[in-house]
Amino acid sequence: MDLIVALQSSFGELITAGTAAFVLCAIGLAIHFGFTGLLNFGQAAFAAVGAYGYAIAALDFKAPLVLSVLFGLLCAVIFAVLLGIPTLRLRADYLAIVTIAAAQVFKFVATSSAITDPSGNVITGGAEGLSEFGGTFYSLNPVPAGEYQVFGNSLTQDQIWVDIVGWLLVVVCALLTYFLTRSPWGRALKGIREDEDAVRSLGKNVYLYKMQALILGGCMAALGGMVFVINSQTVQPTVWGTNFTFTIWTVLLLGGATTVLGPIAGGVVFFTLFAFIQKVLEGLVAIHWMGSLTIPQVGQIRLILVGLALMLLVIFRPQGLFGNKKETLFNG
Amino acid sequence: MANEIAKGPAAPGVAKVDPILVADGVRREFGGLVAVDVEHLEIPRGKITALIGPNGAGKTTLFNLLTGFDKPNTGKWTFQGRDLAGVPAFKVARIGMVRTFQLTKALSLLTVLDNMRLGAKHQPGESLLRALVRPLWRKREAEITVAAEELLKRFKLDAKSDDFAASLSGGQRKLLEMARALMSKPVLVMLDEPMAGVNPALTQSLLEHIKGLKDDGTTVLFVEHDMHMVRHISDWVIVMAEGRIVAEGPPNEVMKNPAVIDAYLGAHHDSDLGADKIAKEAN
Repeated sequence: MDLIVALQSSFGELITAGTAAFVLCAIGLAIHFGFTGLLNFGQAAFAAVGAYGYAIAALDFKAPLVLSVLFGLLCAVIFAVLLGIPTLRLRADYLAIVTIAAAQVFKFVATSSAITDPSGNVITGGAEGLSEFGGTFYSLNPVPAGEYQVFGNSLTQDQIWVDIVGWLLVVVCALLTYFLTRSPWGRALKGIREDEDAVRSLGKNVYLYKMQALILGGCMAALGGMVFVINSQTVQPTVWGTNFTFTIWTVLLLGGATTVLGPIAGGVVFFTLFAFIQKVLEGLVAIHWMGSLTIPQVGQIRLILVGLALMLLVIFRPQGLFGNKKETLFNG
Repeated sequence: MANEIAKGPAAPGVAKVDPILVADGVRREFGGLVAVDVEHLEIPRGKITALIGPNGAGKTTLFNLLTGFDKPNTGKWTFQGRDLAGVPAFKVARIGMVRTFQLTKALSLLTVLDNMRLGAKHQPGESLLRALVRPLWRKREAEITVAAEELLKRFKLDAKSDDFAASLSGGQRKLLEMARALMSKPVLVMLDEPMAGVNPALTQSLLEHIKGLKDDGTTVLFVEHDMHMVRHISDWVIVMAEGRIVAEGPPNEVMKNPAVIDAYLGAHHDSDLGADKIAKEAN
């Protein structure tokens, strides 16, 4: 087993669009949870709504790229408003429950074959999902055709293109978050996180702020979902489960929930480690150190480690890698 | 005794010469319990009015109702002639009726200065779209910061302005909450137990602040259990018991009212137990 090779190829995760997709979702969640105190446990559903919206617009309406993206975002806005209207007037825990449930409901709706277009095709693609919707995106690819070597991984021009766009979106969303959270608007959000009645008593429309935050963070997750499916070139209903949501949470808490750089650093560290541990475990299987476990089986060990890491993080370093120890939500 | 505040002899629900807040038939029930049942209430403009009464009398519930934090079963009330029933809390605050809370609500993980800034009105940067264009709100932010620092100095919190509010003591949080409420230059400020947990030295300066508010033309309504404070600074006292207003009048008259003594003050309220003497010397 060669640790250097394992490490090197793991660094390939640094720059993939897959990592960028989760980072986008985590930035959105930072706005929800880190800055506004909204407990959203359905961030995967926002990503899924954006991804399906984009794919359906591209496939069924043959929409150009910009319109497909806008349609995906519009779907996320509608989803946020639907979730927000009943829950944002209530205590934080109600939003948590409703978002968990809504994510499951959306998954089942996407899996079912009940919603069809006039010619009988299942709009969401049912259990098989949708594919071949990336044409309008990849046709804009300015990267010359060829094989590119990055950290010892071989990438096609299309992969390079989606990586670039994914990380550009991360930069845009991070800058947007940076400027917004340092504005008076962001100050009101942080006030709501601390005590919404106090902010209400100062004449601020708390409900409107919470709705705006839910929509904004949801749209970032929708962009993440689009990057994710354009990268993998397929939308599968099973992807958007609680696994997806809690990976976002891990990324966010690892980096620091009340920071802008946190979700980015958290995403990079998380996916590099995740890939590295997989390589190490595969190496251990190859030299028969893992007993009778096979390679697919040791893959599950990673998820156990993620759960463990999440617990240890919240207990011992609630502020994450970048957060200010004083400004964490866990210090009571 | 005739006076310049009430139109007739002091009695529950008496009409005022110049009322700023007028409530009629405000009633709030929690299950079978009638928490508040106020037939008629007028708060005089530009005066300091104390709301006193035993625990559970409905004082805080009345505050919540009047400021839109709770909804009454029945009742109407107007503020400066404007109907306020059913108006949400943030709009009540915007039209100049700002309250504080009995359990202090400092925004712990914001700095003291940011707490203050959040209290200000008319900051265009508080809207999502304008927040992105700094030139639209930078000037107003500078004005707000100057006003905040001035108030912090008055409340002796200026040394703390860059610390998180979480690092303040209980008494300092009370001061911060009151100062924050003043950032919006309210017409009527409603203080729910401003003295609870504040040490005696600070109490003196708080009393001065509240008197200062009156001199600036602000109307003050406060709930308090500290009778020295009530006697020293209030122009008018309203006594509640079991949800109703049982007595009203100038402080010295109300405190001699046998019904008030029975319901709230106790027979020995006027004898010197030590604290009164200290307060007199300090004055």
